[in-house]
Order: sequence, then C-alpha cells, then structure tokens
Amino acid sequence: MHTKSVADLIQGLQNKDYSSTELTRCFLDRIAVHNSQLNAYITVDENAALAAAGLADDRIARGENAALTGVPIAHKDIFCTAGMRTSCGSRMLDNFIPPYDATMIKQFNAAGAVILGKTNMDEFAMGSSNENSYYGPTLNPWDSSLVPGGSSGGSAAAVAAGLAPASTGTDTGGSIRQPAAFCGITGLKPTYGRVSRLGMVAFASSLDQAGPMAHSARDCALLLNTMAGHDPLDSTSSTEPVEDYSAQLGNSLQGLRIGLPREYFGEGLASATAERVNTALGELEKLGATLVDISLPHSELTIPAYYIIAPAEASTNLSRYDGVRYGHRCQDPVDLHDLYTRTREEGFGDEVKRRILVGTYALSAGYYDAYYKKAQQVRRLIKQDFMAAFEQVDLIAGPTTPGTAFALGSKSDDPLAMYLEDIYTLAVNLAGLPGMSVPAGLIDNKPVGLQLIGKHFDESRLLNVAHQYQQVTDWHQQHPAVMTEGAA
Amino acid sequence: MAIEQDEIEKIAELARISIADDQIGELTQRITAILDMVDQLQAVDTANVTPMANPLDATQRLRADEVTEGNLREAFQAIAPAVEDGLYLVPKVID
Repeated sequence: MHTKSVADLIQGLQNKDYSSTELTRCFLDRIAVHNSQLNAYITVDENAALAAAGLADDRIARGENAALTGVPIAHKDIFCTAGMRTSCGSRMLDNFIPPYDATMIKQFNAAGAVILGKTNMDEFAMGSSNENSYYGPTLNPWDSSLVPGGSSGGSAAAVAAGLAPASTGTDTGGSIRQPAAFCGITGLKPTYGRVSRLGMVAFASSLDQAGPMAHSARDCALLLNTMAGHDPLDSTSSTEPVEDYSAQLGNSLQGLRIGLPREYFGEGLASATAERVNTALGELEKLGATLVDISLPHSELTIPAYYIIAPAEASTNLSRYDGVRYGHRCQDPVDLHDLYTRTREEGFGDEVKRRILVGTYALSAGYYDAYYKKAQQVRRLIKQDFMAAFEQVDLIAGPTTPGTAFALGSKSDDPLAMYLEDIYTLAVNLAGLPGMSVPAGLIDNKPVGLQLIGKHFDESRLLNVAHQYQQVTDWHQQHPAVMTEGAA
Repeated sequence: MAIEQDEIEKIAELARISIADDQIGELTQRITAILDMVDQLQAVDTANVTPMANPLDATQRLRADEVTEGNLREAFQAIAPAVEDGLYLVPKVID
C-alpha cells in the first residue's frame, strides 16, 4: 500500500480494497520502524491519526467521500494544527500547541485527509539541509550520510521513504523544490498568494508560499486542488479563480516554447547534473516542445537581494517571540529586558539569530536605503527579467540545484556556501512565480531535479508538462531501498 | 562592508537577543561575510526603479470592520508561560 500514488489510494479507498484505518496503520507502522533513523517526523500522534481514519471509514461507508477522504498525509511542522504541537523546528516553539488550525490544514481536514504527523524542518524554515532543526537533522532516504535538503526536508524524506504518500511543505527560497530534488520526489511551489498563509508560521511574508510534495505531478495536482484558493483572513491571498489542476494534465506539449536561461547552465552547475537535465530537456523536445535560449541577466543578484529581503522580513516577523504569550520563556527573569533577551538567546538557534541580526541591521536607521530599499529595487529588476522572458516562451526550465545532495556537516559551518545551494530557486520567490522540481535522473544513486518555472498562476501548465514528462520517464518511480523494506 | 564588534552588540540589543561574550567575535566575522556578499547590490544601477514589496504588486486589501471571532481568551491563555486572573504575567516594569 505504501508505494501507491495518492490517485490510486483514493480509488482503492473508494473501492473498499482497504480501509483508511488499514492504510493509516500501514504508514504508522512504517514510521515506527524507520523514523528513529531518518528523523523525518517531529511529532506523530497515532491515536489522533487512527481516530481520523475511523471517521473517514464511516464517511466512506455512508458514501460521503470528499476529495481526499481517508488519505493519510504528512504536514510540515510549520502549519498550525489545533491541539497538536507545532514547533517550526525551534526550541522557541517546542511547547507550542496551537489553539487553531491553519487555513490549509482546515482545507485538508474538510477534504477528509488524515494527519499522520508533523515533519522535521530547518528552524523557522531557514536552511537548505535540515541541519538547523532543534530536533536534529533528517537524513536522506537514499543515503543516510547525505542531507535531504531543506527546509522542507522532513516532508521530502517522508514521501521518498514511503512514510507518507504525500506531504505539504513551504518554499521561501527553494524549500520545497530543493529537498524534492535531493530526495527524488515531485514538489510544487505555487504562485505567491495561491495558498493561504494564515496559520503558517511566518518567515518572510512577501516570499513564503505553501505547496504539495508527492511522487508525481498527478498527485501534486490532487493536493493543490485542496490547498489553493482565496482566504479572506490572509490579506495577501489571491482572488484569482482556482482551476481544476487535474484537468489539463493530458494536454499535448506540441508547440510549447520552453526557455533555457543560459545563466542556469553556466559555471557552478555540476557537469553530471547538467547532463541529466539536458537529457530531460531532450525528452520534452521529443514530446513536441521547442527549446529556446533565453537570458535572465540579473540572476547572480538573486542571492544578495534575497539575503537582505528575507532576513529583514524575518527580523520583523520573529520579533513576536518575546516569552510572554506563548512559546519558550527563560527561567527567573530579573526584569522585562532580561526576559526578552534571554528567552530569545535560548529559544533561537545560530542561523535564525544571524538572520535576525542581518535583518535588523538592514532595517536600522541609516542603512535602510542602502540595503533594504536597494534590494527591493533589484527585486523588481529580477522580476522584469522573467516578464521579458515570458514574452518569448511559455515556461522556463533548468536544474533545481547546482548538484546532488551533499554530505551532512559539509556546509553547516559555512552559511555562504549553504546559501549558494539556492542559486537557481531564489529568483522564483523574489518574482512570485510558480516553480516545480521533477525527478530527472540519478547520479551514483543520488536524485537529480529538473526545475520548471511558470508564469504567474500558470500552475496547470507546469503540472501538465511535468505529468507528460512522467508519462515517458520513470525517474519519479525510482525509490530508495528503504521504500521497499519493513511493513508492506 | 566590515562591521565592528560594538555595532553587532548594538544590533543584538535592538533585536533583543543576548549574545554570550565568547561568541561575539565569531558572530561578527560571519555577519561581516554576509554583508560583504550582499554588497554586490551596491554596484547595480537602480535609478528610477520603484522598490517592489509584493511580487504581484498587490496592495493590502481591507475588510469590513466586523467581529468574526468569539472571545478565545481562555484558549490563548492556556498556552501562555505565566497568567493570573486573565492577565499575562511579566517581571515588574514600574517600581
């Protein structure tokens, strides 16, 4: 059961081939066997999962199936779940039990999905390796000496290892696409504002976006159908109409124009990764697409622009953690100042502190124009590059990451080397575009991701292209050994 | 752009994060490295470029000023570190 797609599970539950209780039990058993090593989940509540599965079975018996009734799913531990701890990978929220559900969680609950648990992540979603989690790193299911990527590393590893059929993640600078690439799964970051941010712990509010992670584009479309939509409680939520993302999957790619930004294939891209990506692009050509050379001239400025804007917004958002209303509080504060400064020293990890300090600096008197305003101007130039490119092409393709998953510990002492991991993904967030990572090969048993970037609100086309690619390739069906071990 | 140790201390104070004395040196180095990297932005000509705060250039929507939630004070206070009689407790602020 654990190797089946979400689409097949929906069918199997409807046909009563198995119950949601059996299905949920299967995944809980696999989590019990494998999670102590992989550390993909921070919190698993077996009783709550089985209770939800039981309710789903009652609904199925009454013929009241909703879109995902009885399908077990893992959520990144950044989405508030009423009554279930939401740590965001931080000591600051180690004891935080939200009194409400995120809008996205409500949507999944309304669709009948069962929550298997909450997945591991870099603290406050700041990181590209999952090594910044207060709960210890998640390991890559393909090779436990490698990182799974981040920050949605737990969500990617859980799907890759068969500890969940699908999961949710968030992507502020690559945090869905990079771990999807490193773990050999399919992940989609929708257009900014497509999925509600209410109840999603905020990192950088003009960049954050939630999205689905699964084995295939078809499954991502099913999840996005549940997640997408306007939320009046999120002032940046889009009012663009939501499509049926499963409806366009079968479209032909004949005549499709795909832009290849030459800046994404230059120095810094590992040659083996380039070769696998080029092979994938060749498959898209065979499917009828035309490949077009394009340029995104401001690409090299995405890292500096991002590392002003994201920390600036983070320093503002994270000012709420003061030890007063919820979360960690230091012992025996002598006065209010001591309460704030010691609570925040103890509650935040090193990378989070660094970003808060950089952000505070960039926003402080005398530096605002030189840093924050400048970065926002460069951000517009980066967006304009994409808008110009989209006058010539329907979508853009390239590598998701410069190389395959790297060894645990190999970059954790060097923040700048870690930041370079996101060189091909950051621009998508800065421009607010939808982006996907699709499995496109293996190098020494390490997955490679093909990145697809679409126009604003063009998720249907991205999913269509990825699905058509997955009809003629089987990289998305290649699994690490752990997938076939343990409970069946 | 190099940043001095006392500036890091000032920023840390603004951000209300206490930093142990033996960590200030290393932190200063790392933040200097990050600021050196972002300095690339200074070479870009951004004359007449409007800063972009929202990737869709959307503006904040307003909603009608109506009460949509009940009083959830008890639920919120149940997860607070210290409360008494419906109030959040903090160390004494005024003598």
